Amino acid sequence: MGKTTAEKIFAAHRRDNPSGENVVLDLDVVMCHEITTPIAINDLVERGLDRVFDPTKIKVVIDHVTPSKDSKTATQAKILREWAHRQNIKDFFDVGANGVCHALFPEKGFIRPGNTVIMGDSHTCTHGAFGAFAAGVGTTDLEVGILKGVCSFRLPATMKVNINGTLPDGVYAKDVILKIIKDLTVNGATDKVMEFVGPVVDEMTMESRMTLCNMAIEAGATCGICMPDRVTAEYLWPFISGAYSTVDEAVADFSKWHSDADADYDSEITFDVAELVPQVTYGFKPDEVKDVPDMEGTPVNQVYIGSCTNGRIEDLREAAKILQGRTLAPGVRGILAPATPLVYSTALAEGIIQIFMAAGFCVTNPTCGACLGMSNGVLAAGEVCASTTNRNFNGRMGKGGMVHLMSPLSAAAAAVKGCITDPRNI
Amino acid sequence: MKNFSGSALFLDRSDINTDEIIPAKYLTENSKQDLKPFILEDLTLAGFDQSRDIDKAGVIVTRANFGCGSSREHAVWVFEVNDINVVIAEGFARIFRQNMFNCGMLAIELPAADIDTIMAMGADVQIAVDLEAATLTAKGNQEVTFDFDLNSFDKDLVGAGGWLAYADSKY
Repeated sequence: MGKTTAEKIFAAHRRDNPSGENVVLDLDVVMCHEITTPIAINDLVERGLDRVFDPTKIKVVIDHVTPSKDSKTATQAKILREWAHRQNIKDFFDVGANGVCHALFPEKGFIRPGNTVIMGDSHTCTHGAFGAFAAGVGTTDLEVGILKGVCSFRLPATMKVNINGTLPDGVYAKDVILKIIKDLTVNGATDKVMEFVGPVVDEMTMESRMTLCNMAIEAGATCGICMPDRVTAEYLWPFISGAYSTVDEAVADFSKWHSDADADYDSEITFDVAELVPQVTYGFKPDEVKDVPDMEGTPVNQVYIGSCTNGRIEDLREAAKILQGRTLAPGVRGILAPATPLVYSTALAEGIIQIFMAAGFCVTNPTCGACLGMSNGVLAAGEVCASTTNRNFNGRMGKGGMVHLMSPLSAAAAAVKGCITDPRNI
Repeated sequence: MKNFSGSALFLDRSDINTDEIIPAKYLTENSKQDLKPFILEDLTLAGFDQSRDIDKAGVIVTRANFGCGSSREHAVWVFEVNDINVVIAEGFARIFRQNMFNCGMLAIELPAADIDTIMAMGADVQIAVDLEAATLTAKGNQEVTFDFDLNSFDKDLVGAGGWLAYADSKY
C-alpha cells in the first residue's frame, strides 16, 4: 500500500509513538508571532527553561498588531524582540521588515516540501501549499516546539479533494475554497489533512495555492496540502538554487513527497469549478456561503483587502483591475493592507498602490490587524465589512460587526458599488 | 491533577468558536488570570447569561465541533482560571482538544444521544469524572454513568500535568 504526502512526512519525522494513535514528530520549522508566543516565553523563563532547540529553525515576526498600538501590545512585541535577540534567532522580523506571517515566511523561502511546520496560529495550514505538513497549534505545543523541537499529532487521515475543470473569469482560489467549505461544513474535515489535487490546482500559482490551503482550517482540517511541483520549485528557486543544479532536478526531487497512486485515503471528494460563480459568506460561520448574485445589493460600510488569505501581490493586482479609474462608493471606507513589505513595494512599483489611493483607499502597513478585530480597521456595532479575510465569526472584526468573506475581485467590486455585487458585471 | 467535577453548564449549540470563548481583543493579556472576566463574552446563546452562569459552572456540556477557529490557547486558559477543567462535547476542533490535554485538562467526547440525556436531566446537573475507569457520572433528576474513550497518550498528559512536563521529562 502506498502512502499519502502526510504519511510520508510523518514517517520521515517520527520521533516517538506515545500511543497507537499518536506520534511525536521532529520539527523543521517553528514559527512565532507576538500574540501567542510571549506567554510561552514567560513560562519557559519561570520554569528555568529559557532556551531553544535550534535558533536556525525558529522564525519570528511581529505581525498581529504592528506598530504596537498601546502598552500591552508594545509589551508583547518587547518580550518577543528581546527573546529573539537573547536566543540568537536571526530570522526575526520587526517593524519595517515585518508582514503577515503566512505571507512573509513563504516569501523568505522558509518552508520546503516535506517539512514539518508549527506555529501558534491556526492559519499555519497555509504552508501546506508547499507540500509541507504545517499545522496551527496552541501555546503549549508551541512552547514544547521551541524547547524540544517536537510536536504530537494523531496519525493523519487524508481527505483527497479533486478540483476539476477550468476556473471561469472572475472566479478565484478564494471562491473555490469557500465553495468547498460550504459543502463540507466547518466540521467536515476535522482531524483530517485536506490534499488538494487536480488540474485547477496544477494551474494555480503558489499565491493561489496558499489561499486554498489557508482556509482548510475553516473546514476543521489540520493542514491543507498541495503536491510540490514545478510551480513550487520556481517559486522557491532563489532559495534552493544552491541545492539543485536545475529547476528540473528540484521538481524531480520534490516528487518523492507526492502521494502514491495507491495511497489509502480516508475519504475523497470532487469539485468541478466550470460553473462556479463568485462566492460570499452571509452568516457567522465560514460554511454559510452563497453565490454572490444571491447577495447582490447588500450594503457595506467598509471594504478590507489584505490578510494571510488574500493580501498577496496577485490579490492586489486582481482588485486593481476593478479599482483602476474608479472610486469608492459614497460613504464606503476602503482599507488595503499589503501582506508584506515585498508585496507593498511591488505594488508601488507596478502602480497598484496609486490605483488604490486614487480610488480613495487607505493603505496601511503590512499587519494582521483588522482581520481579527485588533487594529487598523475594527468595525463598530452594526457595521458591515466586505473582506478578503478568512473568518466571519460573530465579533471577529469588532463586536457587533458583520463580515462578508469574498475574493479580492468581489471586494473591489463592493468598494466601488457600495454593496455586495457580482464583480463579473463591472 | 486538577478537579474534574462540578456543576454542568449547558451550551446547547454546535460550532462554538474560540473567538466566542475569548475575543481576540483580549489576546494582548500576558497573564492567564487577567482573562478571567472575559469568558464566553461573544457567545450569544438563548438561555446563557455569562454573569449568572459562570461562577457556579465546573463542567461545560456542549455539542459538535467545540472550540473551532483560532488556535488561541487562551480559550482553554479562560476555562482553567474559571475553575472549569472539563468540557464534554459531541466533538472538538483538533487544536482546542489538544490544547485541553496539553494543559492537563479533559476534553471528553460523547455520542449526541448521551449529550441529549445529560441536557435533559434538569437545570442542576452535577458531573464527576473517574479518570481511571474512563467514566463520568451525571446526577440531576436522574443519575447516569457514561463510558468514554480516553486515548492512553491523552491520559498520560493529564497525569503529567500537561504536555510541557511530559515532553521535558521524555524528549
